[in-house]
Amino acid sequence: MSEAIAATAGSVPVVHDDHHYTSTGQSSRKILFWTFIGSECMLFGSLIATYLVYRGKDKIGPHPSEILNIPLTSVSAFVLLMSSLTMVLALAAIQKRNMNGARLWLAATATLGMMFVSFQIYEFSHFVHEGLTLSTNLFGSTFFVLTGFHGAHVTVGVIWLWTLFFLTFTGRIGPKNDLDVEICGLYWHFVDVVWVAIFTLIYLLR
Amino acid sequence: MSEHAHHDAHAPHAGEHAHPTARKYIAIAIILTIITVIEVAVFYVSSLHAFLPPILLTLSAIKFGVVAGYYMHLRFDPKMYSWVFYVPMAFALAITLALLWLTAAQRG
Repeated sequence: MSEAIAATAGSVPVVHDDHHYTSTGQSSRKILFWTFIGSECMLFGSLIATYLVYRGKDKIGPHPSEILNIPLTSVSAFVLLMSSLTMVLALAAIQKRNMNGARLWLAATATLGMMFVSFQIYEFSHFVHEGLTLSTNLFGSTFFVLTGFHGAHVTVGVIWLWTLFFLTFTGRIGPKNDLDVEICGLYWHFVDVVWVAIFTLIYLLR
Repeated sequence: MSEHAHHDAHAPHAGEHAHPTARKYIAIAIILTIITVIEVAVFYVSSLHAFLPPILLTLSAIKFGVVAGYYMHLRFDPKMYSWVFYVPMAFALAITLALLWLTAAQRG
């Protein structure tokens, strides 16, 4: 692992090739993807707003303070945070033409993403076992919709990361296509920052 | 010559700056981990419960800004990307605050 870090050390130039550029000098795909992320801000903003508006209005339990597991969620938040590190290391590696490093960090990011999803599946199944479902109360409805949407995004990201990982072996992904990895990274970091907000607003401030 | 031309094709584009090094990325991850530990620790300190919202929201905003700025490269990429990201986020935040204010007013 230290070799992979060392191989990605040093100033990383921003390099792109084989892309269509707009009159702004920026890649059209990157602008498009940032616009998509902007729209995703609105989506998650509305889901978080819905959760906050209905918070504390349940007449029947289970209530958040009775069921949310902070130690478990803290570990899963840390896992997702570390996956953001491995994601940028994958991008740095591919920009330095270090394909082995890129493969290592892409696989690490996807594995950490799978760990996060596993934590969420465990949490959801535990909640259902405790009697909290989508239709139990307002907390159940808003919590499962918000965190479920986030989990679905993480799952899409994991599939995307493994796809990039396997494409590095076919030559479809390489230093010339670093923008493909950068865009996947933007998506992944966005999913991470959404969890930063969810962890604070839903789990810690209840 | 051809290799030189190839490197020119990889030059940074308008408004882009070199991204941080791997070591800086790791240093940022350590900072993010420390902030997360502080968040969880503050949650368990009962004497700080009255100040939880401002403390946790501030720490969360710092984490958000660091990830967006360094890992999503908004500090190094053209400002246009920051606008495309932060303006919808400001809308989402405004809608959230407006909804909370409206529902609080209805209850009051």
